[in-house]
Amino acid sequence: MTTTHKVLIANRGEIAVRIARAAQELGLQTVAVVSDADTTSLVAQMADQVVNIGPAHPAKSYLNADAILQAAQSTGATMVHPGYGFLSENAAFARRVTQAGLIFVGPSAETIECMGNKSVARETAQRAGVPTVPGSAGTVDDVEMAAQVAAEVGYPVMIKASAGGGGRGIRVAHSEPELRHQLPLARSEARAAFGDDAVYLERFIARARHIEVQVLGDGKRVVHCYERECSLQRRRQKIVEEAPSPALSQMTRDALCESAVRLASAVGYSGAGTLEFLYDDDSGEFFFIEMNTRIQVEHPVSELVTGVDLVREMLRIAMGEPLRFKQEQIVLKGAAIECRLNAEDPERNFMPSPGKLSALRWPGGPGVRVDTHVYAGYTIPPFYDSLLAKLAVWDENRPAALQRMQRALAETSIEGVHNTIALHQQLLADPAVQNGQFHTGYLEQWMARRAAEKALALTSESTAGLAV
Amino acid sequence: MAEIISPLPGTFYRRPAPDAPNYKQVGDSVAIDEVIGLVEVMKMFNEVRAEVSGKVVRYTIDNEDPVEAGQVLMIIE
Repeated sequence: MTTTHKVLIANRGEIAVRIARAAQELGLQTVAVVSDADTTSLVAQMADQVVNIGPAHPAKSYLNADAILQAAQSTGATMVHPGYGFLSENAAFARRVTQAGLIFVGPSAETIECMGNKSVARETAQRAGVPTVPGSAGTVDDVEMAAQVAAEVGYPVMIKASAGGGGRGIRVAHSEPELRHQLPLARSEARAAFGDDAVYLERFIARARHIEVQVLGDGKRVVHCYERECSLQRRRQKIVEEAPSPALSQMTRDALCESAVRLASAVGYSGAGTLEFLYDDDSGEFFFIEMNTRIQVEHPVSELVTGVDLVREMLRIAMGEPLRFKQEQIVLKGAAIECRLNAEDPERNFMPSPGKLSALRWPGGPGVRVDTHVYAGYTIPPFYDSLLAKLAVWDENRPAALQRMQRALAETSIEGVHNTIALHQQLLADPAVQNGQFHTGYLEQWMARRAAEKALALTSESTAGLAV
Repeated sequence: MAEIISPLPGTFYRRPAPDAPNYKQVGDSVAIDEVIGLVEVMKMFNEVRAEVSGKVVRYTIDNEDPVEAGQVLMIIE
């Protein structure tokens, strides 16, 4: 006889609802854990059992491993699905779940640790023959050495402070004379800023795209569900995602996806995972950056173009079932786009806008999918992220999907809080976006241009007013 | 006696970072426009500034506790 499993959903918001749906479709019992701020949440209404795990602050509830494990014990849950964010990539949590005799829906704690460490992940990729961003093997000590490395890596190169991070301590050299001039400056800057003058070199990719590959593994075998293009970002937050990427040739796509499978196979990957790459439009090269060992926010676009239910497969794999697909059975069909609708005011520097949703209308019709945890009358708490809903569409090809998304956005109405619907409508009408011509810096440039145009329009309006 | 009110709903922090001391202690003097705490709204941190000057009598909201817009954060005299 097979065990009847009960899934504890260690998350909130739309992903908690998504997991509950997948579990219910598999006939599994569900346990929602909620903070004081989420007792009326949608997942609390959907789940078979609800346990309050503490105060609103994430550290006291959704990040509180003790409270979550206690809820699992008291409800007799047999599996824990961590969703994304919170404890989803916390190896210690995964280990504790397993040690408590429960199933962690995701890879092993060891895999999370291995892929969570950037340099270990980079080495693993190199051993698996997966390209990483070319650069110096370690730090560069003097100008002669730097010039030699840069000649091999190719210009332009970034001079990065070893102790830097988050975009700080980076200079770009476009030629050897520039490198010779900048290197000593970069070192003294690094010493002043970080107390360490060690620098290293990395190829500078001016117009990089963020393209990621979705994989599924059962510990023995790995398949991919093609790539997602996630270059439209603001402050490193993805705003619009799509599948497939409009930038890749079939040959590059195959090579990219094969690389991802090779790397995930090298670590015996189990569960759903995503390998992030930088793609250089100019050279057609791709480079592995990092792996996310969890389900991602933008997973629906991959589901729409392949027909694979990733969250359901995660649960099946966790229950010990082997992968149900051979690679050739996963066929890429049509195009899908996802818009993240956030409770923010794009006209006021994306000021968060929590509060009560007085009225809601979601779009419907063919090829439209809405993943959300909100409902009319629901009050969006101020304690968590601002994601209201993920609106995703599928159609036969990219131009049709763009049209369908515009239609779906026009049909959507969210009242009571500021939101990003209008921003998406304008962004998707942009010719460069329609042509798929963008990189990770594009959205911020587009917004700066839009703000400048708006300011100009206001000025001419007031001038016109004066003339009258 | 005067009250400093939270302009936003969210999570209140008495200090700029988890390992830093509180912005203000009981008995400290507060000047107009001085920061007395942070309110985190959907992962965005907003400084709360005093609109009056005086001496801190007490904080009325605990560190990391939820706060509503319009709720009193601090009493000063």
